[in-house]
Formats: sequence, C-alpha cells, structure tokens
Amino acid sequence: MTRHTPPPPTTGCRNAPVLKQRGQHEVFCGLTGIIWLHRKMQDAFFLVVGSRTCAHLLQSAAGVMIFAEPRFGTAILEETDLAGLADAQDELEREVDRLLSRRSDIRQLFLVGSCPSEVIKLDLARAAERLTMKYAPRVRVLNYSGSGIETTFTEGEDACLASMVPTLPETDKRQLMLVGALPDVVEDQALDLLAQMGIEDVTVLPARHADTEVTVGPNTVFALTQPFLGGTHAALERRGARHLPAPFPFGEEGTTAWLQAVAREFGVDQARFGAATDAPRARARKAVAKATETLNGKSVFFFPDSQMEIPLARFLTRECGMQAIEVGTPFLHRAVVGPELDLLAEGPQLAEGQDVDLQLDRCRAAQPDLTVCGLGLANPLEAEGLTTKWAIELVFTPVHFYEQAGDLAGLFSRPVRRREALKLGAAT
Amino acid sequence: MKLSVWTYEGPPHVGAMRVATAMTGLHYVLHAPQGDTYADLLFTMIERRNHRPPVTYTTFQARDLGSDTANLFKTACQDAYERFKPQAMIVGASCTAELIQDDPGGMAETMGLPVPVIALELPSYQRKENFGADETFFQIVRALARPVEKSATVTANLIGPTALGFRHRDDITEVTALLEEMGISVNVCAPYGASPEDITRMGAAHFNVLMYPETGEAACRWMERELGLPFTRTVPIGVGATRDFIREVSELSGLPAKLDEARLRLPWYSASVDSTYLTGKRVFVFGDGTHVAAAARIARDEMGFEVVGLGCYNREMARPIRALAKEYGVEALISDDYLDVEARIEELAPEMILGTQMERHIGKRLGIPCAVISAPVHVQDFPARYSPQMGLEGANVIFDTWVHPLVMGLEEHLLHMFREDFEFHDAAGASHHGGAHVPREAGGPSAPHAEIPQDFDAPPEDISGQKKAPGEVIWLADAERELKKIPFFVRGKARRNTELFASERGMQEIGIDTLYEAKAHYAR
Repeated sequence: MTRHTPPPPTTGCRNAPVLKQRGQHEVFCGLTGIIWLHRKMQDAFFLVVGSRTCAHLLQSAAGVMIFAEPRFGTAILEETDLAGLADAQDELEREVDRLLSRRSDIRQLFLVGSCPSEVIKLDLARAAERLTMKYAPRVRVLNYSGSGIETTFTEGEDACLASMVPTLPETDKRQLMLVGALPDVVEDQALDLLAQMGIEDVTVLPARHADTEVTVGPNTVFALTQPFLGGTHAALERRGARHLPAPFPFGEEGTTAWLQAVAREFGVDQARFGAATDAPRARARKAVAKATETLNGKSVFFFPDSQMEIPLARFLTRECGMQAIEVGTPFLHRAVVGPELDLLAEGPQLAEGQDVDLQLDRCRAAQPDLTVCGLGLANPLEAEGLTTKWAIELVFTPVHFYEQAGDLAGLFSRPVRRREALKLGAAT
Repeated sequence: MKLSVWTYEGPPHVGAMRVATAMTGLHYVLHAPQGDTYADLLFTMIERRNHRPPVTYTTFQARDLGSDTANLFKTACQDAYERFKPQAMIVGASCTAELIQDDPGGMAETMGLPVPVIALELPSYQRKENFGADETFFQIVRALARPVEKSATVTANLIGPTALGFRHRDDITEVTALLEEMGISVNVCAPYGASPEDITRMGAAHFNVLMYPETGEAACRWMERELGLPFTRTVPIGVGATRDFIREVSELSGLPAKLDEARLRLPWYSASVDSTYLTGKRVFVFGDGTHVAAAARIARDEMGFEVVGLGCYNREMARPIRALAKEYGVEALISDDYLDVEARIEELAPEMILGTQMERHIGKRLGIPCAVISAPVHVQDFPARYSPQMGLEGANVIFDTWVHPLVMGLEEHLLHMFREDFEFHDAAGASHHGGAHVPREAGGPSAPHAEIPQDFDAPPEDISGQKKAPGEVIWLADAERELKKIPFFVRGKARRNTELFASERGMQEIGIDTLYEAKAHYAR
C-alpha cells in the first residue's frame, strides 16, 4: 500500500494522560439514537417509556419533524403509574396493544427505558418477554435503556444493538459481521468494496428489516463501523465472535486501514486489495484535499459528544493538516479506539467526561480556529467569536468510507470558509 | 400511561427555563440527569440566542443514585453561585429528580447563599410547560416584589413575555409603542429582559398589562391582590382587540384613549376587492388558548372567514375556549394529542388551518394551507424582520401571514379561466410558493377528455385519503369527470358536500345532476 498520509507517530496517544473531570455534562442521553435508528430499521418501532421530557427531547433533537406518524413515540408516565408498579406493566401492555393494532407494518418493537423508568425500576425486560410471547412470531419485542443516567448520546445505539445480540441465531459459518447503523447508501458502498475483495459472507447488524437473518457464532469475526459500540462489542464476544481491531473508516486513511484489517483476516492479497480500493482511494484523497486547503494549519478543540472525537481528531490531524488542542470524549474505550490512539500524535489534551464550565474556560483560553461541540454551545461560542461545528451532524450525515471522506472534511471546512466569507462591515 | 407522538408543550421545568432565560441576573439550578441539557438547544438553536441559558444541571448518573445526589446538588448550587454571581437563584427538580425526592429547595435554603433562593415545585407528571412558566414567574414575583411608592407619571408593567415565546420579542416593542402614544411608559417588562432587582420595583407601576395569560396570569392575580395593581384582560391581537385594549388601558389609567391608525392596513386590505375571494373560507383554528381566541375573532370579523372548528392544547384554557366555541357554533377540541387534532382536521376538511407548527405538518400531509398563529415554536417563528402579532403592526403582519398560504385572489380567477391550461393545473400549486413546476402529464389523469376511470369500483380519492366502505354512495364516471373540472382547492369540499347530500337523501349513486343539485343546495 502506498502511503499518502504521514507515517504513524513514534509515540501515539495510547498512553497519554487523560484529564478526567466531574461536573455538568452537556450531552444528549441515549434516547437520541432513536432518531437515526428508526430510519435504519424500517419495520421497527421505538417506544420510550418515560416522561414528557423524553418526548420533548426526541421532538427537539429531530429538529424538523417528520411528516405523518413517526416510528417512535413515548408512553408518558403519569402520577397513577408512579403509584403502583404492577399497574404500570398492564398500562404498558395496553398501550402496546393499541399501537400494534394500528401499525400492522411493525415487526420489531423496542421498549426503551428512560431516566424515570429506571429510577422507579420498571422492569422492561419482563414486559418485553410478556409481549414477545403474546405477539410472536409477528412482532419481536426487545428492550434496552436509553436513559441519561446510564447512557450518553450514541451509547443509545450501542445499547440497542447489544440488546439484539442475545436473540441472534447461532451459526458456525465463517463470516464477517459489520456492526453499526450506517445510512443504506454507505452500507451498500462498504458491502460493494468487500465484495470486490472477494468477501461475500457478510452480515450487517442492525439489518434493515426484521426478516433478514443475522446470525453469529464462533467463526464470526466482526468489524465495528462506529467507535461507540463498546457494549455491543462485549455482547458479541460473549457469543463467541471475534473483534477485528482497526482504525475507523473515516477519511481515506481510516477506511483503508479498516479494510486492510478485514483483508488480512480473510487473506486478500495486495493486488486484489489494490484493484478494489485504488480508484476510490484516489477520489477520497482528491476530495479531502479540497477541504484541506481551508483546514491546513488550523487548530481544533473537541467537546465530548459522540465518542467519534478520537477517530475524527486522527482524521483532521493526519489528513487535513489540523492541530488538535483538546480532544474531549464522553468515554474512552481503549479496546475499541486503541488503534486510533496509536495514530494520533502526542500533543493534544485528551479528556474523558466533562465539567462543561471548566472546559469552556479552557476553550476560551485556547481560542481554537474550530470548536466541535453540541447544539447548546455552538451559537453562544459563535457569538463570542469562535468558529464551531455542531457535532450532532456528524452522526446524522453519511460520513463513512471513501466516497464520503470529502463530505466529512467539508463538514469541518464549511464553517471556517463561511466565517472568512462573511464581510459585514462598511466598504472601505 | 399515555402514548404521545408529538407534544405541544414540554415539561414544566422547560417553562421555568423560559422564564430564567428571558431574565437577566437570575440563575436556575436544576437537579436533573445529563439528557435534560437538550433543553439548552431550544434557546440557542430555535431562538438563536447568543448566550447559554442561565441554567446549571446537576447531571447525576445512575451510580450517584445509591450514594449522594443531594451533595451533588449542593456542590452544583455553590459552584453556580460563585461562577455566575446572580442577584437571585431559582432551584428545582426535573421529572427524574422529582422521583428521588432530594428536596432541592430545602437544601438550597440551608446553604446560606447570600442571595434570595426561590424554590420551585413543578409537578412533572401532572403539569406542562405553560404551567411551569406561569408558576415560576409567580414564585419569583411573590418572593421579590414588595409594595413600593408609585411612579409620579402613569406607568405600566408588561407581564408574560418569555424566552421561546411566539413573537414575544416584537410584541413587546409594539405594546410599548401603543402605551407610549397614550403617555404611559413601561415600568418593568417581565420576565423578558427583567432582572430580579427590576422585579422588586414592579409595584411602582399603576397597572399591569397581561400580554400572555398562559405565562403571566398567576403573577398578575397576585400583584392585583398584594400590590393593588389592576391588570388588563384584553390581549391586543387583531384590530378589534387592539381598540378594545386601548379603551381598557384608558379606563385603568384614567388617560384618554389614543390610537394613531395611520399605519393600520388590515381593514382596507380586507375590504379591497382582491380580498373578496376570502369570503367564507372555512378555517380551523388551533393553538394555545390566547392565540386561538384572538385568531378566531380576526378570522371571522376581520377577514370574513368562516370558523368551522377551534380548540386549544392547554387544558388551563379549556373553559374560555369551550365558551368561545359555543359562541361560534362549533364544538371545541381540547386536546394535546396530535392525532386527535389531525383526525378533527380530516373530518372538517377546512380550506385553511390557523394553527401551530404541528398543524402546518398536518396541513402539508392533507394538502391544506396553514398559517402559524401560536407556539410551539420553530426556528421559522423567529424571523429576522420585525414581525409582531399584537397591536396595529401585528394586525398588518397577520393579514399578510394568513393570506400568503392561499392562492391569491386574482390568481384564483385565473385558475377558473385557465383551468385546462398546462400551467394552471391542480398539482402546480400557488405560483408565489417555491418548488419546481410540475408539468401536466400528457394524457395523464387530469388531462382533459382523457379521464376515463380505469376501474369503476375503485374508491374515489379524496383529500382525507380514506377509503369508502362498500355500500356507500358511488360516483358515476361522468360525475367523477365533472368533479375533476372543479378547481382543486374546492374539489374536496364539493366531493364531501355532494356525498353528504346524496347520503342524506338515501341515494346510491352520484350523477352529474346530483353534483349540481348539491351545489345549489349548499350555495352561499
């Protein structure tokens, strides 16, 4: 493989000190994942068992509302539900009955736990079991927690996928499993690249439809497409599957390294690998180069959000010529992002968890050229003169693999170009 | 337990945030898990505020539950005071913290902070956002406002505008100008723009202007009782209501009524012949109680529409809205269930909806134009331009806003004239709205003389999208063709009226004659 990015640093960040502070977190809870998960699994319904706040969060996070009736909703707990628990199980069953009778297209139902349902210890696992017995085989009912006391933003997807793992049928087949909810177009590109490398036995978790069989077993190796899937990683290992550690498929370098890990595992020779990847690699480099013109030499500061921060910092520093000042992440799963840390040169402050006020102080002191942060912070920081990229778009937009590498870089370069483009003073 | 798809109102602590964010020098410490911080983006993104809301969340986690969430609250409270040095603080719990019963108010009281700390009890599992705002503002006023000497000249307080309010920013400017014209200056506008120190001198005003009963009524009632401040009952949205408001202000202040109507255009625009086409347009009105009551009056008395249904999502306004509906001869819909509202709109098939962003989506789905009159808000409801709802300019803005989604008067006549023309066909829509031109397909379903239904048993499509059950009235092919010649924006009504006419008479089939008999029957 010809190398177009700098050689890996002699000392990466794998053993770099990590700043851990405990204060106010400014992040979404795991329920937010429903916004993209319900688009991915088109016959699934996500029923949050929670409060009005949960319903309001989903509506606000969705930004623009989706026409017609979405495939998610909230069973809002009321005073009467809080009084007695046996009651709440019956109430939930009644709401599910009503929902499923109206929506005959639903094949999978996720009961999603929330902060209030966790605090009152509403047993959703039992509810899911009862409902599965009632509705099998038409509807499969699973449960997971997206509560903010247990999950941070993208951990909701992790919990959702992990909840599916124990139900997957066992297989001895030698196969590759891709793990992570990618937009269909991106997933198809990935499958196509793998097919060109001669890897045909590929299964994807989550599948787009409930009746697509996804199996797992001791001869399954799995590659994560998202860095926030630590829980799913553990659940798959419990089923005997083996993880292929690799950098994540962001940017040309990340995608190539990710594909190479798979290629090595399946004995794909260099010629075949090159035939499959040379052209898209060249395209990706060209597309990224365009954004690099803007980003080169600029500094970037990450607030913790999606756990994608470390792979993205690697991409921006190694492919776009940026300097990372601080890389904040809600959690640092070394087993998952270890290969990324090896590629990220020593220098930036790594931070896990958050005290938002102290972090804002550091950010203001550093005056980065670009700040990657959540929606609650972006406009206030812009008003203070900092250029920001709101992080949630990185989760909602197709950014993986070669053909999206340019789009990914563009998400970061656009705010910088915009600030340079706006000239609102009087003409001189 | 109640299944909810979309909600009209957030939880009550979001109402408290609307008050805190509107004010200056106030800080809110909210005992809440991390996910609740999403509420910041309502203010920074939807309203484009350039500051973080003055809210500290304790963001407790599952592992804290067993140990010490109370201590977490105290630390957060102390840190927030030291960092932000507010003049006063409000403290409370969100839905989750309410369950763990840490009593933020009690704890904050024992901390001996050197500023007033106001405890909020907002029952998350019973009440909603508007209540939260109303109650929070009331508690702040009750804690801080004291009788003070009246101002020498006549002054008034403006009560109710909050952050994330529907056009509150511009309504304040408009109402301030209305009062100025009568020689009345504003003592304090609150919560919007007021500091806790301002709240202490609210008693200096001679009366209160209650702009938004949803968020300011409890405080106004308390000030009437405790500070002797009478308050206005008329919300000045619309021409008639603005005139009533001026008269009410005159009575409360003892100053002569004055209203310079030079810049008021609604009455003439409404009277001009281009507006003739607005006559009797069937509208459905839905939103918060205050805006619905105002919009219904404007719709009927100032635009010449027919109000075919109305309702509100905030139960607190159920009684006045039911009474109003009676006056309009319709049944009120009091519901915060989006699906109920959608069902009612489908059933009534109005020609226009005056609603919220939710109804705008319903309208898009059903092909019914919609103008937005009320919260819940969307980024579009914070336009850069001056765009009030209240006062004379408000009336002008409302005229434009409501007419915009409709096909313009002259355009409607052109549609009659050219209805077989390739550019003026059903799918083309109003010419001043965006969207690519949809060319009429040659020989397609709406092309003249090519409309032979392929399947006579196929249920006719109508705007409700409901399939007709077997045994119901059948449209004969020639009547169906004739119906297609009727302009699309009245076709749904024509179909419904004809079917109703036929079924009332026990007819099994609809022919061309039936169609025209029904037309004559329903002529207005």
